[in-house]
Amino acid sequence: MSKDPITARGDLRLTRITKSYGDFTAVDDLTLTIPKGSFFALLGPSGCGKTTTLRMVAGLEEPTVGSIHLGDTDITTTRPYQRPINTVFQNYALFPHLTIFENIAFGLRRRGIKDVKEQVDKVLNLVELPHLAERKPTQLSGGQQQRIALARAIVNRPALLLLDEPLGALDLKLRRQMQIELKWIQREVGLTFVHVTHDQEEAMTMADTIAVMNEGKIEQMGSPADLYDNPETAFVANFLGQSNLIKGKIDGNDGDNLVVDLYGQKISMPKKRSHAVDNSLYAGIRPEKFRISRLGTPVKGNTLTGGRIEDVSYIGVSTQYVVAMPWGQEVMVFEQNDDGVAPFDKGDEVNISWEPNFTFGLRGDEDIEAGTEVNPEELEEE
Amino acid sequence: MSQKMKDASIPTIPLKARFSRWFGRNLLRIYMIFGFTYLFIPVAYTFAFSFNDSGKSNLIWKGFTLDNWKNPCGAPEVCNALGNSIKIGLLATIFSTILGTMIAFAIGRYKFKGRSSSNLLIFLPMATPEIVLGASLLSLFLAFKINPGFWPTVIAHVVFCVSFVVVTVKARIASLDPRLEQAAMDLYANELETFRKVTLPLVAPGIAGAALLAFSLSFDDFIITNFNSGTLITFPKFVYVSAARGIPAQANVIGSAMFFLALAIVIAGQLVKRKKTR
Repeated sequence: MSKDPITARGDLRLTRITKSYGDFTAVDDLTLTIPKGSFFALLGPSGCGKTTTLRMVAGLEEPTVGSIHLGDTDITTTRPYQRPINTVFQNYALFPHLTIFENIAFGLRRRGIKDVKEQVDKVLNLVELPHLAERKPTQLSGGQQQRIALARAIVNRPALLLLDEPLGALDLKLRRQMQIELKWIQREVGLTFVHVTHDQEEAMTMADTIAVMNEGKIEQMGSPADLYDNPETAFVANFLGQSNLIKGKIDGNDGDNLVVDLYGQKISMPKKRSHAVDNSLYAGIRPEKFRISRLGTPVKGNTLTGGRIEDVSYIGVSTQYVVAMPWGQEVMVFEQNDDGVAPFDKGDEVNISWEPNFTFGLRGDEDIEAGTEVNPEELEEE
Repeated sequence: MSQKMKDASIPTIPLKARFSRWFGRNLLRIYMIFGFTYLFIPVAYTFAFSFNDSGKSNLIWKGFTLDNWKNPCGAPEVCNALGNSIKIGLLATIFSTILGTMIAFAIGRYKFKGRSSSNLLIFLPMATPEIVLGASLLSLFLAFKINPGFWPTVIAHVVFCVSFVVVTVKARIASLDPRLEQAAMDLYANELETFRKVTLPLVAPGIAGAALLAFSLSFDDFIITNFNSGTLITFPKFVYVSAARGIPAQANVIGSAMFFLALAIVIAGQLVKRKKTR
């Protein structure tokens, strides 16, 4: 095997990757293409295999089966230092015995690059911390260390930048700020970013494309809007935001729409938004897509009648209602507080209605609790 | 007037309660003073008697003099013995530090067959009574027809110093975050560069500490040395032999000097550390 560094650029292609540790399969037959220049997120709960995938791309683990290509170059078995790929580690992993300047210069010096000072200064300016060059990592705050870890990676202008839960150790306010900043830096430097996180909000804020992972497999891949509006599995529907999943039966066709029977009440939804395989399905509706109306008020779209308000939480921009339906299920409804309509009270009899195009259909044999019991704040421990 | 009245209205704490409160707060401090007194009286005694105008025997205070400090080699053989001890100490330190560091890396970083038994065996020289270790080493040397002397002493010292080096360095390696080495590899450093630029500098304080420990153990050793050094005189042997007729004050001078040197090294180490973390 050649010890020369690889200079390949291009899309990252993972082909049928499996990684097993004894009996445990961390990553299971994964195939994935990450286009050059994109901001890509691998999103999933802890233990879903996303960090293992990242480590295989970095070269810190070798896949049991499968291959990894960068452009046309096979990098599956190359050493980490041969790959034009850099990582921002979860706890930054800054070298404690080196100054900030030397931390950032580390990769440049190893590759024998000439204008180290100029490049380090430039990247320190990019992360807006030029005054910290002579400090040691322990003298920096968490947010500053995070930026230095980022600077240390991007100064090498890698073909691929990997970010392993980069904002996990920061507090909420700083995390929000860094999300925007990371996105800005990615556009500025034009590198491919692959970002691993368990935080769906973080993934949706930053990434162009998200792959939702669960138990070593990709559940669904797409833009944040695609995933949110038209999830294909219960896991995705629950892991990204909240969903109301109501069991039903397909009762017939109506042009491009399906007629679906939900506990005796007929609704319609677009055929192409159904992922059901037979005539049993779960109709999915996001809580903010529902409208509540008093009995007898005429409404457009799909309507389910016989609801009763169980709980009301006023949270400023919106009010959250829990509505008990006649078949015993409780559904969540988020109403914007923008129409001056008097809010509903606990015990009110109501209808809920929504625009048919917002409905998504899941297979009838899905576990509708999938993805709900994962605590997104839980720390990654892979 | 009003001030006085106010004072009277504040309930005073009884003297006994105040004392027991003071005692409770300062108990640890008092205990510490006793502890340090116990530890340092012998050192202070040695230091004081290095200024004794003693003549042959240094048991009774006969008057203050600086002669002993001006001429530490004044007593016959004392500096020869000191030189031997330093030479043996340095050689034993170099060999045991190199060997021990390599063993520590092997045990601390790699999984191999017999790792846990090596881990256990490395403690044996520490746990074996010195008298047994010394006598066994002597019979081993004699069995191989090697006469006691300088090199057998060095080898014997390496045997027991290695254990201490391994234990010290291994602790440092265990506290090293493996992600730092992964980060180095990720930043284009190959295995050798990663070791030189990241692993070694981070483990270095542990290695330095181990080397100091090894030197002081070797310098100090009497029992094992006595078995294996033959006619060679080391500093501890010199002190032991002369104890019969009275230890010369020069021994106190050298002992005190070693103590202050060790103290200076520790203080310097602390200062460097404080400067680094500031």
